[in-house]
Amino acid sequence: MKKNRLEFWGFVGPAVFAFTLIVVIPLLFGIYYSFTDWNGISSNIKFIGFENYMEVFKDEGFLKSFIFTTKFTIASVITINIIGFSLALLVTRGLKMSNVLRTIFFMPNLIGGLILGFIWQFIFTKAFAALGEATGHSWLLGWLSNTETGFWGLVILMSWQMSGYLMIIYIAALQNIPQELIEASRIDGANAWQRVKHIVFPLVRPAFTVSLFLTLSNSFKLYDQNLSLTGGGPANSTQMLAMNIYNTAFKFNNMGVAQAKAVIFFLVIGGITLSQVYISKKGEVEM
Amino acid sequence: MKTKKLLLGLIGVIAGLIFLSPFYIIIVNAFKTKKELFQNTLGLPESLNFENFIEAFDRLDFFHVFLNSLMITVGSIILIVICSAMAAWMLERTKTKMSGFIFFAFIAAMLIPFQAVMLPLIRMMGKLNMLNIPGLMFTYLGFGCSLSIFLYHGFVKGIPKELDEAATIDGCNKWQTFWYIIFPILKPITITVSILNTVWIWNDFLLPSLIINKPETHTIPLRTFFFFGEYTKQWHLALAGLTLTIIPVIIFYFIAQKHIIKSVTAGSIK
Repeated sequence: MKKNRLEFWGFVGPAVFAFTLIVVIPLLFGIYYSFTDWNGISSNIKFIGFENYMEVFKDEGFLKSFIFTTKFTIASVITINIIGFSLALLVTRGLKMSNVLRTIFFMPNLIGGLILGFIWQFIFTKAFAALGEATGHSWLLGWLSNTETGFWGLVILMSWQMSGYLMIIYIAALQNIPQELIEASRIDGANAWQRVKHIVFPLVRPAFTVSLFLTLSNSFKLYDQNLSLTGGGPANSTQMLAMNIYNTAFKFNNMGVAQAKAVIFFLVIGGITLSQVYISKKGEVEM
Repeated sequence: MKTKKLLLGLIGVIAGLIFLSPFYIIIVNAFKTKKELFQNTLGLPESLNFENFIEAFDRLDFFHVFLNSLMITVGSIILIVICSAMAAWMLERTKTKMSGFIFFAFIAAMLIPFQAVMLPLIRMMGKLNMLNIPGLMFTYLGFGCSLSIFLYHGFVKGIPKELDEAATIDGCNKWQTFWYIIFPILKPITITVSILNTVWIWNDFLLPSLIINKPETHTIPLRTFFFFGEYTKQWHLALAGLTLTIIPVIIFYFIAQKHIIKSVTAGSIK
């Protein structure tokens, strides 16, 4: 018995050790720090109850970035899923160029968010402007210089990056639909829309659960793209939550408040993603 | 039927071109001089001039930061693969409360956003004197093992237990059973785990910026960030630098495309 236990920890130990040190302990400390006056330097840490949390709720910048992040998440989840699903439908139609298209659509996904943000910064500020001047469309001018274009800039960037990823997930789901079902519905006289509504959608639903989860959590946690595309500007109006937490901690050295924000951030993400998975799982059909 | 196919093909071409256009704009402008770039942003460059690339390569110290990125990525992945595979096999084969609890903890941790642990983690790493490359690799192991153990765990379930038992009867101890019998069978999932973690670690910016923020240990994303800050008014150099950073990724994609797409599918259906 003793030998078994030794063997167990010999195999599991290294991963558990790293995990405990890197995730578990900092998480517990983080929750503790959020109730203290920790400032990152002094080792004399005092317990101050919910004071940091009170401060967070008074912080207008945090509330603004919370609203901005929520709006961004809603917009990007919808556009990414629609584009991803449409691309999946497009490349599963037996076109000769399907494979090439798949390769192209997925490519942006492998490039890091920080670099993508810089690429699009050039496109929005320079290429859009050049195109606007050449064609006389004034809406192409001055991108990223106000909140609205910054917002849509981020949505476009994320759609370009993530649609291909979702396409891959939706393709796998579409290819799992038994051809006999489609044939049978054809014989029964169902039209294209009825087929999509009553056969394709219900069977693709599990993939939809996964995709919604991925886009929700990725959009809500966005940092790199936010940093390199707009830097939160102009005047912090496109600053998302992750950046707000970072700045509170490292620009304003307000560690306790930043940690309280991080705990709230964690609870919100956990709440949203778990309830989303629960709700979408409930409506899934068994094959 | 034929016009429908043609129409679909047309939509495909247009969508493909839209997706490629950002690459086009970046690459053509990386070849232009500063003046040309402002006069003609959308067209092809007048001549194929590699000067921007040479200068950007130099100023990025590209070779050096590329090696840093490579070393950090490969090192972290070796750690993650070894530790996760070992842990997942043992966790799957041991049916105790403890084993179930540990597995559950790994899975539950996937919901924790980095920001929730960021500040205490950096403070602790500083105190342990681990704000360096080995420390960064260890941090990647801590964050990366959850998903990796989950993927390995699912794969181990499909390997018959009789195989372990046969090895034991033939006189293998656990260590030998794992390395000689099990680990080779895990190869397909090892490829998946490696690719998913490569994409993440290679592109990661925030964690290295907090743990190894010294010029001599910069990774590609980290150096790009500082390089870009310095050259925002010199787009021709900035764009050449960005193009350079994308090249290794594209090469990797074309070499391992099949595996990458398979891994992404496997990794997302969790």
